[in-house]
Amino acid sequence: MKFTLSWLKDHLETDATAAQVVEAMTMAGLEVEHVSDPAEKLAAFTVAKIVEAVQHPNADRLRVCQVDTVDGRLEIVCGAPNARAGLTTVFAPIGTFIPGSGITLEPRPVRGVVSHGMLCSAAELETAEESDGIIELPDSFPVGASAAEALGLEAVIDFEVTPNRPDWLGVAGIARDLSAAGLGKLRDLTVTPVPGRFPSPIAIKVDGEACRVFSGRLIRGVKNGPSPAWLQARLKAIGLRPINTLVDITNLVTYDRARPLHVYDAAKLVGTTIEARLGRHGVNGDEHLIALDGKTYELTPEMSVISDAAGERPVGIGGVMGGESTGCSDETTEVFLESAWFDPIRTAQTGRTAGITSDAQYRFARGADTGFVVDGLELATRLILELCGGEPSQVVVAGQTPPPPPAVAFDPAYVQQLSGLEIPPEKSGEILEKLGFGIEKSGKSWAVTPPTWRRDVEGKADLVEEVARIAGYDALPATPLPQTARPAGGVLTVRQNRARIARRALAAAGYAETATWSFTHRATARMFGGGADALVLANPMSADIDTMRPSGLPNLIEAAGRNARRGFPDVALFEVGPVFAGDRPQDQRMVIAAIVAPHAPRGWDKRPRDDLFTVKADLLALLEELGAPVASLQTAQGSASSWWHPGRSARLQLGPKAVLAEVGELHPAVLKALDVDGPVYGFEIWVEAIPEPKKKGKTRPAADLPTLMPLSRDFAFLVDAAKPAGDLVKAVAGADKALIASARVFDVYQGAGVLEGHKSIAVEVMVQPREKTLTDAEIEGLSARIIAAAEKAGGRLRT
Amino acid sequence: MTDLTTLEAELSASIAAAADAAGLEAIRVAALGKSGSISGLLKTLGSMSPDERREAGPAINGLRDRVAALLTERKTALEAAELDARLARETVDLSLPAPPRRKGSVHPTLQVMEEMTAIFAEMGFQVAEGPDIEDDFHNFTALNFPEKHPAREMHDTFFFHPGPDGERKLLRTHTSPVQVRAMQRTNQPPAAPWIAGAMEPPIRIIVPGRTYRCDSDATHTPMFHQMEGLVIDKGIHMGHLKWTLETFIARFFEVEGVVSRFRPHHFPFTEPSAEMDIGCDRSGGEVKIGTGSDWLEILGCGMVHPNVLRQCGIDPDVHQGFAFGLGIDRLAMLKYGMPDLRDMFESDTRWLGHYGFSAFAAPNPATGLS
Repeated sequence: MKFTLSWLKDHLETDATAAQVVEAMTMAGLEVEHVSDPAEKLAAFTVAKIVEAVQHPNADRLRVCQVDTVDGRLEIVCGAPNARAGLTTVFAPIGTFIPGSGITLEPRPVRGVVSHGMLCSAAELETAEESDGIIELPDSFPVGASAAEALGLEAVIDFEVTPNRPDWLGVAGIARDLSAAGLGKLRDLTVTPVPGRFPSPIAIKVDGEACRVFSGRLIRGVKNGPSPAWLQARLKAIGLRPINTLVDITNLVTYDRARPLHVYDAAKLVGTTIEARLGRHGVNGDEHLIALDGKTYELTPEMSVISDAAGERPVGIGGVMGGESTGCSDETTEVFLESAWFDPIRTAQTGRTAGITSDAQYRFARGADTGFVVDGLELATRLILELCGGEPSQVVVAGQTPPPPPAVAFDPAYVQQLSGLEIPPEKSGEILEKLGFGIEKSGKSWAVTPPTWRRDVEGKADLVEEVARIAGYDALPATPLPQTARPAGGVLTVRQNRARIARRALAAAGYAETATWSFTHRATARMFGGGADALVLANPMSADIDTMRPSGLPNLIEAAGRNARRGFPDVALFEVGPVFAGDRPQDQRMVIAAIVAPHAPRGWDKRPRDDLFTVKADLLALLEELGAPVASLQTAQGSASSWWHPGRSARLQLGPKAVLAEVGELHPAVLKALDVDGPVYGFEIWVEAIPEPKKKGKTRPAADLPTLMPLSRDFAFLVDAAKPAGDLVKAVAGADKALIASARVFDVYQGAGVLEGHKSIAVEVMVQPREKTLTDAEIEGLSARIIAAAEKAGGRLRT
Repeated sequence: MTDLTTLEAELSASIAAAADAAGLEAIRVAALGKSGSISGLLKTLGSMSPDERREAGPAINGLRDRVAALLTERKTALEAAELDARLARETVDLSLPAPPRRKGSVHPTLQVMEEMTAIFAEMGFQVAEGPDIEDDFHNFTALNFPEKHPAREMHDTFFFHPGPDGERKLLRTHTSPVQVRAMQRTNQPPAAPWIAGAMEPPIRIIVPGRTYRCDSDATHTPMFHQMEGLVIDKGIHMGHLKWTLETFIARFFEVEGVVSRFRPHHFPFTEPSAEMDIGCDRSGGEVKIGTGSDWLEILGCGMVHPNVLRQCGIDPDVHQGFAFGLGIDRLAMLKYGMPDLRDMFESDTRWLGHYGFSAFAAPNPATGLS
């Protein structure tokens, strides 16, 4: 909303500048968006008088003027046809930036005569689109006066109002707060009723649902037409279009008192009753109304409808917009004036359903002042009589004004308790009274009644806010929080700490962390095992992000595609974030997802940089960092989800119900569907599935550092080609847990010399003697146990 | 004796001329081997008279020792030459590039989340979490948003289709629902171990997480990150709120002279409510903190509304406190100079490389926040 400084000063006696008003508004809780202050922009421009104007010696169209200016008498060259002796106009000294022409004045001779400044046109000051001469001002303005003031230009302040303060949607409401904040004295806002001269020939009927209270009166013999210049200027300054006097008056009162009104051309009304009722379902569907904006609106049974013709004809949407058929025009001579109170929720919903936001709708939806319904009518009556003449009827009122807000029990000591501000009770009382609150004191306990325009004030905390914001938040005493015992194990949840570790570990391993949407395309979600109805947004930002993601992988894969299309296909990305298996809180899990799209530049050494196994190594290293029992993990080959390459993927699990991660190459069909060139390797870890370590204090068990040299023995086993090597290795390592430190595969061979359908797996076993060196016989015995264990796992010693 | 002199001269010459280890070995065998020339001479000593032996012995032994020394010396020289030759052959061009390694990075939003967490941890705040998919109760009703109030609409909420029971879930529009989860007295444990459950005052938590609003432009994205703060105790007032946030801002921006102000504002779930602005300079087209005469809004805060406390089963006449909500992405942009919020979620590797952080930039009191 916007207002001008002079409008504010109608209600507030103050010498404050625009800047001071803005500062006071800001600190009272009004968010100023923008201030356009011509006085600031045109500060250098002042009133001047031409004393003499003679023909320029070297130019037909130029005159050389002697001008009395703020800087004394100066010689100024002027090209305007109206530059003449005796003219009061606007002067700009050398060095001034002229907004209309975009130049800065320099002391330059004009055809041989030096001009010591410039006389300006309205276009040069940007106060008019075009002009055919310099500004002509009344002689009454003294030389040196501010040009902006002389031209009647004033600051326009544009601000935002929070939804709790509908009273700020009128300039008077702002004046009230600024006055309480000490910016000036609030002028009397009371409205004196205008006695009616005759009974209103039009009656009003309300049903309480559609409209709580409706007041109105007829004014006959009015003369409508364009409103006076001051009113047009006032409306134009805040961005409104003047229409005609009657309509302009309703707009003025709307912006002045946050009190929407409506005017009907009484001659166009059918019947003698105006009725506010709910919309009706007819046989041919809902009712319709062509509103003042020329558009046709469907009226639903949830809307408040104003009707005439015994309730048959809609003539307005209550609190939102009037109908075209009964609108006031220049020809209107009888006007019926409406001031009513419409329910905020119903008005808000009507605005949403119909897609209308009008000044009236905006104010009723936030809650108009219930105490100013008839006052608003009287105020508008005064203005109509003043500007259009006419004779008013008596006021007719139907319905019940909603009751005023109840009193709040308040101990002024609560101000300090909640805000920390030391404010004497008298001061708190003074602030509240200035804001319109009524106070009944009985000792320490006050009964504070909020004014009818402050329905947001419901409790004592609200009163503290009133006192604190007017006293000024600047005065809040910064007070350190009391010291508390710090939790010994840090402040992160296990999950958060794992996210932190994953972030740092993967970044160190060459992966770039991303943050991608928690949603994806539904088709993509389905491809990754999700896409259930419960996880589809009803109002997505766009169709390609309409479903909560079931996995962290698809967004990363698509990111790889976008990077490839920018010419950077080689990526290693990861994200730590949520995935959703359902809409319940427990269906949300945290994943660490990572992908590698290997497109390394060719290297002179022909060394491959990435493959599935480097990604597996990254995964295992990370799991280790996260505290997963990596040594106990089973690699369930071929049992990973459908979006993986079936032959090149596995689950890492502690058991079928404790799956910690999946790793592999992405399925080519999935990559194709996401428009990404393969191969892409990746993994996904379900963070909560990693068991929490059973830590007992910070001390660690004694280190196991045997003094005897370990020795190594190689074995080669023949196994079925389809059998995972991991099973064999596990069996070998388990042959003697006391002696075998590790077993690892160092060669896998299939082909000549190996039985068809089999592979040869060579394993190096590290043996760690404990008490004494092993004898040959003991080593032989160990070998036998290893071979026996391998046989149980389907491996035959290759001889 | 002439024989010995000649033999020695011959052997020295051939040792010096030996071109490789094999040639040298042949000379050694020919001289010192079982049937070598010097070995043969040594064998003759046994058949000599003591006088002859006294004279010839030292001469022949001396010859043997000198030849052996020459052989060793030459062997060492040959080996050194051979090593030199091998090393020369093994030369590699170290100006060739090393195999490329990808530069990993930490996302600026998550870096900043850790920075913020570190500062609040120092002030005794614990981290709490809650779900992204929320119900109307936790996101709005319990936070004192009146039914159908315009304040609800201002949240641009993403909704899901109503379930079989008619309940319409939503994506949380702020991290504030976790306030309710952390305060509300209930008989049921949280639905999952990571979700905050009811705590007893004193409560001092921060809640970093994802939040969602149906909006998109240079400063709005449908998903963004917020950090909620909540302090509930006896006697906590707005002065504590002011100190906490002023202290946070001064530490976070890591520049001298950060100024701030509190302005009244309105949020349904706090009363009194405020917004905090920090002083900045916008004259150069970008926002600079710690200088200038402009103000920039950075957060909303206030004293927890008595209705919220009551709703959660906390007596507002006994316990009170404050809450605040910080935009993590926005703070990251301000501190590190990123111009467009949308870039944060685009996963452009060039952007991630430029604005991302090293794995080793973890916040640390010894080195600073990044």
